[in-house]
Amino acid sequence: MDLALSPEQQEVRTLVREFAEREVKPRAEAIDHNSEFPRDLVDKAARLGLLGVLVPDAYGGAGLDHVSFAIFVEEVARFCASTAVILDVHNSVGTEPVVIFGSEEQKGRWLPDLAQGKKLAAFALTEPEAGSDAAHLKTTATRSDRGYLLNGTKIFITNAGEAGLYVVMASTRPGSGADGITAFLVDGDNPGLKVGPKFKKMGLNGSAIAEVYMENCAVDEADRLGNEGQGFRIAMRALDSGRIGISAQAVGLAQGALDDAVAYARERKQFGKPIGELQTIQNKVADMAVKIRAARWMTWKAAALCDAGLPFTREASMAKLFATDAAMEITLDALQVFGGYGYLEEYPMARRVRDAKACQIYEGTNQVQRVVIARELERV
Amino acid sequence: MDFALNDEQREIREMVHDICLERVEPRAAEIDESGEFPWDIKELFAKHDILAIPFTPEYGGVSGSALTLIVAVEEISKFCVTSSLILSVQSLGSLPIWLAGSEEQKRKYLPPLARGEQMAAFALTEPGSGSDAGGMRTRAIRRGETYVMNGSKTFITGGSVADTIVVFARTDQDGDAPARDISAFIVEKTMPGFKVGKLEKKMGIRGSPTAQLFFEDLAVPVANRLGNEGDGFKLAMRVLDHSRPGIAAQALGIAEGAFALARRYARDRRQFGKPIIEFQGIQFMLADMATQIEAARALTYAAADALDRHLPDINLSSAMAKVFASDAAMRVTTDAVQILGGYGYLRDFPAERMMRDAKITQIYEGTNEIQRLVIAREVLKEKG
Repeated sequence: MDLALSPEQQEVRTLVREFAEREVKPRAEAIDHNSEFPRDLVDKAARLGLLGVLVPDAYGGAGLDHVSFAIFVEEVARFCASTAVILDVHNSVGTEPVVIFGSEEQKGRWLPDLAQGKKLAAFALTEPEAGSDAAHLKTTATRSDRGYLLNGTKIFITNAGEAGLYVVMASTRPGSGADGITAFLVDGDNPGLKVGPKFKKMGLNGSAIAEVYMENCAVDEADRLGNEGQGFRIAMRALDSGRIGISAQAVGLAQGALDDAVAYARERKQFGKPIGELQTIQNKVADMAVKIRAARWMTWKAAALCDAGLPFTREASMAKLFATDAAMEITLDALQVFGGYGYLEEYPMARRVRDAKACQIYEGTNQVQRVVIARELERV
Repeated sequence: MDFALNDEQREIREMVHDICLERVEPRAAEIDESGEFPWDIKELFAKHDILAIPFTPEYGGVSGSALTLIVAVEEISKFCVTSSLILSVQSLGSLPIWLAGSEEQKRKYLPPLARGEQMAAFALTEPGSGSDAGGMRTRAIRRGETYVMNGSKTFITGGSVADTIVVFARTDQDGDAPARDISAFIVEKTMPGFKVGKLEKKMGIRGSPTAQLFFEDLAVPVANRLGNEGDGFKLAMRVLDHSRPGIAAQALGIAEGAFALARRYARDRRQFGKPIIEFQGIQFMLADMATQIEAARALTYAAADALDRHLPDINLSSAMAKVFASDAAMRVTTDAVQILGGYGYLRDFPAERMMRDAKITQIYEGTNEIQRLVIAREVLKEKG
């Protein structure tokens, strides 16, 4: 067992922490308030190499491991979960499928642009009627002269409208469920792909989430990722490591909330002393700190297993379930420490609560995580 | 970063597992029912060098790694927590000697403990001083080359079966001095004036004797003082920082044992025409139990690893592991009883025993309320 961070992982933490404190923290409130996609932060992150975290050096990426990826997402999420999810989705479910399943030609075509931030990536699996039950999606891909025609509607697509690449799951054999699903790489400029208006949401206001419509959207044979029928496996593998990102995001949200609650509890005086000296506040602080540390270890464990090439589906689901439930509890507790001030939007506490809620829902609701965990337990 | 156990740890886990499956599990219900100390298990553990795990080879041991010890304690606790306490207390009682003893003290006391010929205990708590250990009243007054010790200790795990007991006592003269006047002594059970009082009747861990100890003009040689006068309180706190991951490991093992039982039962038990594990209500309970266990394991192993790497914040990682794992064990064992339904409530199944055993892990070696104070103080501390 070796639970120390490597020098490289420590460097990533230092670099991203500095970026997050200097660039992300001062922008977070405005991003949320104006529901503004933080293109400026994405560009700055790109200059630091943070858009190709999991892309190998050979394709212009940073070639980092998943533990580093988790550290990166956590550090950004401490201050702004919107920015974190944009970068997370791009790096993991958006880009990683090309890294893992792409042909040499596909990698050469897409990865350098993705790694340099010239194009953002999005992952399009969910449909209005296929959420948790993703195997029953209705988008179809029918053979054409040159390749395929895609038809259907995707919903809840993060980075929609901002992305230059959509990894789209469609059925090449309608009616065959998971076995009929195939993955495609669709250019954001494809005239057959249209993006609906950004949804108004409870939180994550800086992140663009919208519907994506495909009407006779023509793609080449060469744009098929993997083989026909391999799409569901590609999607599940993408989501496995995507969950590491969501766990890390939840850990960051929770850590940011705890940091603020601690600072406030030291300053705020009631009954003649700082409220941090009251046991009821101390108990909250202790429970928050314990849950964060557990969540962070679980996230890093799933990441380390992934890096070692070992199975990590169960660990990633457990980390996602635990970390996001913890983030919900912790952001609420931290808001409570602030009392009435916590309820005001001029402090970040309410925003974190709103942002944390999404973590329990996306990339597989926590109910679906329990289904995955129960199924994985059955294999033992 | 690597979360895998090394070869030594895997081998020890396998060895302990096999022995416990064959010899300990069949005895667990009996030990609980009779409430008697399982001497046979103690001999078994001594014979297979399980009691030597907390000690380094130079003092007759086989490991000395905190993580290796944790793995062994976890494994035993899956089958019988009372039995795991034999190993845990051997470690707890010898830790003060290991951490603060002179070379001579270590050479004299550790090898017989490592061989399992002698048993150790740790005597800190008193009737009037539990969480507030600094308020103890047992006193040791120096008279030339001996200390004369008077007072009593309570809740001493293994106190009635121990040969070597590390006792904490005040060495100040004035009577109301603070914690800085506490010193630690190695007491042998054969010393005149050492008496064992009644054994407590408990909710769980019933085969592990919890004793009152009395010291009546007990003469302890100065050579048996650990460290300097006044070092005792700090030493006690350091010992507990080292041993709390062991309580976390017990809790983790109980939770794993209860989970395995609940899962096995849910697969076999049929209602409404199918195994109850096929109902989402049961599946989600099992998923949550498994996730709690995974989180507890992460914190527990990380705390042990922090000890092995001599990291500076072991008080924090130990407290976090202890509080989380023990709370998780309580929830998981309660849910296991629930999944077994009426059968879970019967003595015929081990679920209810596991639940009774889990409760103590939230209380001893510092209640979880005290752990939260320790954690909060660290987290709220101004960072330079």
